[in-house]
Amino acid sequence: MSAELILFYLFSTILVVAGFMVITIRNPVKAALFLVLAFIACAGVWILLEAEFLAITLVLVYVGAVMVLFLFVVMMLDINLAPLKEGFTRYLPLGAIIALVIVIEISIVVGPERFGLEQIPAPEPAAADFSNTKELGRLLYVQYVYPFELAAVILLVAIVAAIALTLRPKRHTKFIKIEDQLDVRRNDRVRMVNMPAEKKKSPRRQKQG
Amino acid sequence: MTVALSEFAPLLPEIFILTMACAVLIIDLYLTDKNRHISYLLALATMAGAGIVTYIVMPTTPEIVLAGTFISDQMSAVLKMFVYLITAGVLVYSRQYLVERDLFKGEFYVLVLFAVLGMMVMISGHNMLSIYLGLELLSLCLYALVALQRDSSTAVEAAMKYFVLGALASGMLLYGMSMIYGASGSLDLMEIAEHIKGVQEKDLVLLLGVVFIIVGLAFKLGAVPFHMWVPDVYHGAPTAITLFISTAPKIAGFAIIIRLMADGMGDLQHYWQDFLIVIAVLSLIIGNIIAIAQTNLKRMLAYSTIAHMGFLLLGIIAGTAEGYSAAMFYTIAYAIMGLGAFGMIILLSRAGFEADRLEDFKGLNDRSPWYAFIMLIIMFSMAGVPPALGFWAKLAVLESVVNVGLTWLAIIAVVMSIVGAFYYIRLIKLMYFDKAEDTALIEGTLDLKAILSANGIAILALGIFPGALLAICTNVML
Repeated sequence: MSAELILFYLFSTILVVAGFMVITIRNPVKAALFLVLAFIACAGVWILLEAEFLAITLVLVYVGAVMVLFLFVVMMLDINLAPLKEGFTRYLPLGAIIALVIVIEISIVVGPERFGLEQIPAPEPAAADFSNTKELGRLLYVQYVYPFELAAVILLVAIVAAIALTLRPKRHTKFIKIEDQLDVRRNDRVRMVNMPAEKKKSPRRQKQG
Repeated sequence: MTVALSEFAPLLPEIFILTMACAVLIIDLYLTDKNRHISYLLALATMAGAGIVTYIVMPTTPEIVLAGTFISDQMSAVLKMFVYLITAGVLVYSRQYLVERDLFKGEFYVLVLFAVLGMMVMISGHNMLSIYLGLELLSLCLYALVALQRDSSTAVEAAMKYFVLGALASGMLLYGMSMIYGASGSLDLMEIAEHIKGVQEKDLVLLLGVVFIIVGLAFKLGAVPFHMWVPDVYHGAPTAITLFISTAPKIAGFAIIIRLMADGMGDLQHYWQDFLIVIAVLSLIIGNIIAIAQTNLKRMLAYSTIAHMGFLLLGIIAGTAEGYSAAMFYTIAYAIMGLGAFGMIILLSRAGFEADRLEDFKGLNDRSPWYAFIMLIIMFSMAGVPPALGFWAKLAVLESVVNVGLTWLAIIAVVMSIVGAFYYIRLIKLMYFDKAEDTALIEGTLDLKAILSANGIAILALGIFPGALLAICTNVML
């Protein structure tokens, strides 16, 4: 067994176990952390596939930014998990049977008889000066420029939709109108009252005052 | 390898819509509520402008550009024209309804324009990646539109169901696409078609891919057994948005079925024909029978949509150019009829009142003979009674199915159409022979009344002279 193969099995095992833990563990913070582990193991597999740029991006973007943000959200929200788990045991048998059937079907179809090394030989390893990033850029900005732009439009729609659905302008917010503040003159706020000086303070008056 | 600027020329309609959507997004920020109708007029102008641009760039022979991700042919031009027309109709129908329900916001128009862009991408998709992205762009806009009335619990529930099931369907579709990619090694529909031509023995990977793609498409179309979301979403969404969801996206849905099944996997017809037969028969039976039990018109029309999708699939099942053009004719006819039917609910609704129960149509003839007559035409058309448009649509589809020897399928479809005629005619009975419970004056604004009348007359006129539309649908499929 070559070192590459050992590494592949190591990373894949971690990936599968971590993925399984994400959906089974009760604590959402731990689930998010297992997702981080899954991403890192996945990045390892991608490096073995000679997709270095994507692997580094996965770690930087997903692990570094997205998941940290996600962890913050999970910590801020007080999610009551009990209602989410309701009916879990009731639907488990049916779900398990369907999942099992699909897994069996897929493993029959996507087995080594169809996608093994004899049918689809491994590609030649790229030369040392091969730039993965450059190749990716060429694909994204030349060959797939149209889908790439569409993905950008989808992101724009997501922003518009999120704002349209959550922003409630002015109804519950209190804010200061600066121009009103600047327009205020002394007479609007202060009133001079002439009062004769008092000599003696009675407790009763103090209460009223 | 670089991209020549001239390759973007066939994309001019898409670029125009995208630019206008962004322009409306910005301009709307500077509008006060009093001037909000400027967004509405801009959106309408966009539809008209896109129609002109599409006409200008309409090619005589198919043009495939941008590394095979985009195709511009006559079918795409015609379908896009109808999408603009139907969307413009939706905009006119919905204006007053939105104003009365405090939904008359710029976001509505922005999301509708982006949804139109998504449909155009689907119609012109020539690569599984661009078809999928177009579908997601459309779906995302529709989810947001359904939830736009965010203080209505039914609308939010409908949006949630739509979103979750829509995401599931997208997953299915993507999985199927990945299978096809795995088997053929390409996302390009033409290369996939060439690969399939070369495959001699049965390839399970292709088969599994076809199954998943059909499941995903059936979900999106709302065909049985993947129809559960349709009644809830149609019922829960504000009527103006139901109007949009139930009409224009069906045209785009038809386009991606043609692109994927006929253009991409046409040689796998013996695989997908049987699946589609099961789905179509179930849709015809369940759609028509459950519609009888509905008391809410929006739910009834939702089930009738399911049945209509069954009919549409019949044309695809035939698998001939004749069948595809019949299905195209059916889709366009359905979009025009659905526009009128939901438009009538909008006309009878007013602030704080939804005329979406069947009882609300009682005695409509006494209240307004003209609109009762228009509703009569729409219902006759949906039921397939001559001389309305729906009759020719059903006839064309049935003819194509009989011509490929599937006579039993045509018989089931006819029997189910007769069952379906019951609930359409029941509504006519309510309008003409029952006493009105609600005697409020029909208040609709002039533009609403004008477009509804035009819509009714169009259904009748296209029914009497179906030749032109039929010829268009036949020509683009040749």
